[in-house]
Amino acid sequence: MEDKNSLYAQIVSPENLVYRKTPLMTEKPLSFCPGCGHGVAHRVIMEVIEEMGIQAETIGVAPVGCSVLAYEFMNIDMQQASHGRAPAVATGIKRCWPEKFVFTYQGDGDLAAIGTAETIHACNRGENIAIFFVNNGIYGMTGGQMAPTTLPGMRSSTTPYGRDVALMGNPLKITELVAMLPGTYMVARHSVHTPLAVRKFKKAARQAFENQKLNKGVSFIEVVSNCNSGWKMTPNDANKWMEQNMFPFFPPGDIKINGEMVTKTAKAE
Amino acid sequence: MGDKKLMKGNEAFAEAAIRSGCDAYFGYPITPQSEVMEYLAVQQPEKRTGMVLLQAESEVAAINMVYGAAGTGKRVMTSSSSPGISLKQEGVSYLCGSQLPCLILNVMRGGPGLGTIQPSQADYFQATKGGGHGDYRMIVLAPASVQEMADFVKLGFELAFKYRNPVTMLSDGIIGQMMEKVEMFPQQARFTEFDQSWATTGKTADRERNIITSLDLDPARHERHNIMLQAKYQKMRENEVRYEAIQCDDADYIMVAYGSCARICQKSMNLLRAKGIKAGLIRPITLFPFPSEILAEKAPRLNGILTVELSAGQMIEDVRLAVDGKVKVALHNRMGGMVPSPEDVVDAMIKSFSIK
Ligand SMILES: Cc1ncc(C[n+]2csc(CCOP(=O)(O)OP(=O)(O)O)c2C)c(N)n1
Ligand code: SF4
Repeated sequence: MEDKNSLYAQIVSPENLVYRKTPLMTEKPLSFCPGCGHGVAHRVIMEVIEEMGIQAETIGVAPVGCSVLAYEFMNIDMQQASHGRAPAVATGIKRCWPEKFVFTYQGDGDLAAIGTAETIHACNRGENIAIFFVNNGIYGMTGGQMAPTTLPGMRSSTTPYGRDVALMGNPLKITELVAMLPGTYMVARHSVHTPLAVRKFKKAARQAFENQKLNKGVSFIEVVSNCNSGWKMTPNDANKWMEQNMFPFFPPGDIKINGEMVTKTAKAE
Repeated sequence: MGDKKLMKGNEAFAEAAIRSGCDAYFGYPITPQSEVMEYLAVQQPEKRTGMVLLQAESEVAAINMVYGAAGTGKRVMTSSSSPGISLKQEGVSYLCGSQLPCLILNVMRGGPGLGTIQPSQADYFQATKGGGHGDYRMIVLAPASVQEMADFVKLGFELAFKYRNPVTMLSDGIIGQMMEKVEMFPQQARFTEFDQSWATTGKTADRERNIITSLDLDPARHERHNIMLQAKYQKMRENEVRYEAIQCDDADYIMVAYGSCARICQKSMNLLRAKGIKAGLIRPITLFPFPSEILAEKAPRLNGILTVELSAGQMIEDVRLAVDGKVKVALHNRMGGMVPSPEDVVDAMIKSFSIK
């Protein structure tokens, strides 16, 4: 046991703490690869729910993919959805509990491949939910196959010589796509690889929950993230590669605020 | 006391949904059951009872909306017809794996594929043996009248919550489309009296978080989950068998038929009896659990059993299993949307068992 007057006890005393784990993250060790953005994204969303004091009014929907176990880490009521169907599941929940906060947490394979229809239609209906979309340009969980967001020339286990657009089609900018729909109220692209990026994402995540009180429609936040395992890079290299290669194609920034397209829209590539 | 109305089967189902205190309906149009959502839309259930009505973008989305809504502990339902029910199978498997109650209506039409829009019973295997992936079962109720299209909604919700499992109503294009007199039960409260302690209502300080999932990456634990599910299905077998036995006490021959076929066979039975052939009818009301016991009990004293089906012969397998070779079992069937006449069934009975 630590002595109450020890240096350690003074440092971790509540008034001196500059950072602590939010109690809305459970004690369970995260199952993500070290350096993966999923863990940070989880934590930020839970911090927002804690700060807003809405744990008892929030229901989350977990996807299929590396974050399939989100409900093991997030200390809130959650439902696990089948691959891609989270926006439909969230619709069912929100229609039954219109006064509660409902969000989905999905990867690119989940949201932009098998779940394209559910994503577009939930966005177009203007469901009053938040959608968190972690885009790492690859299928992480199943071993690094091509995703709709895999960049041209990017290697994956099903594009071992790089994505050939002529054969495999173009990467899908689903975030820009849903921004065009009248049902989305807020659309933004963020990342969680630097302290500044985390702060910006957190502000947006808070806004996404605040927006639900206004009943104006979908808040859609893409988080461009790394998959160091799938990309076969160290976490540092993966983050550098992400800035150099992912950001030009998926530029961070606001796309739609309060139902209005931001003038400086990401230009279509 | 309820009120009497002349209604289509599909409309009776929809009206019964509102009156049974259903909280939400999610659907996608397909013939021959589109009247369900159309009737609900006219009734404006959101104004009548506060019930949610939403047309989804697909059957896949509809069943997943059901999944989400059912996870909140509410009374939720959907309806479709054969091709649409196939699309819903992924969701049905998840509902069973996650132990969520809901009511699913299948107004069967001819298949495989796009098939016809005429009545069929060819989704029997799909409904009673699983349909989606994994080991699971559902209670399957087979209405044979417009009255039962209404009454089974209430019963279906009760059974769904009793077992925390989806319940299917396996109807067909005849029962869905025909008009009959129906006595409607009075409006029930939408407030659900069922146990909801497991539902996602928002984690409060006084309880652990509630999680709705069918995933368990630990195979040993997942096997225990499966064993528990199988024990639940066994309970259904023990407690929920429902059937109607008509003139079976003195019968030498028995017909087994459900839904619209049972209606036809009732006429055939009268025609056979007029010819001096002692025929009876067993009408399974639950297709799962199947009324095997009554068939096993009757089998040794019978000269023959004729199953009458609008399929290649699917229920006949359960009949054969039940009687275990103790009596000859024959099939009379039509497929692809064709329906036999009562006289056809009489001929089939006489030919199948060489009755003099
Ligand atoms: C119906 C269905 N098809 C395929 C799979 C296999 N599967 C699991 S995760 C996954 C890809 C997930 O990728 P993504 O959404 O990008 O998430 P990540 O793992 O990268 O975080 C696939 C294809 C599945 N679980 N269900
Ligand atoms: S495989 Fe990729 S996305 Fe999945 S946990 Fe590892 S780094 Fe993260």
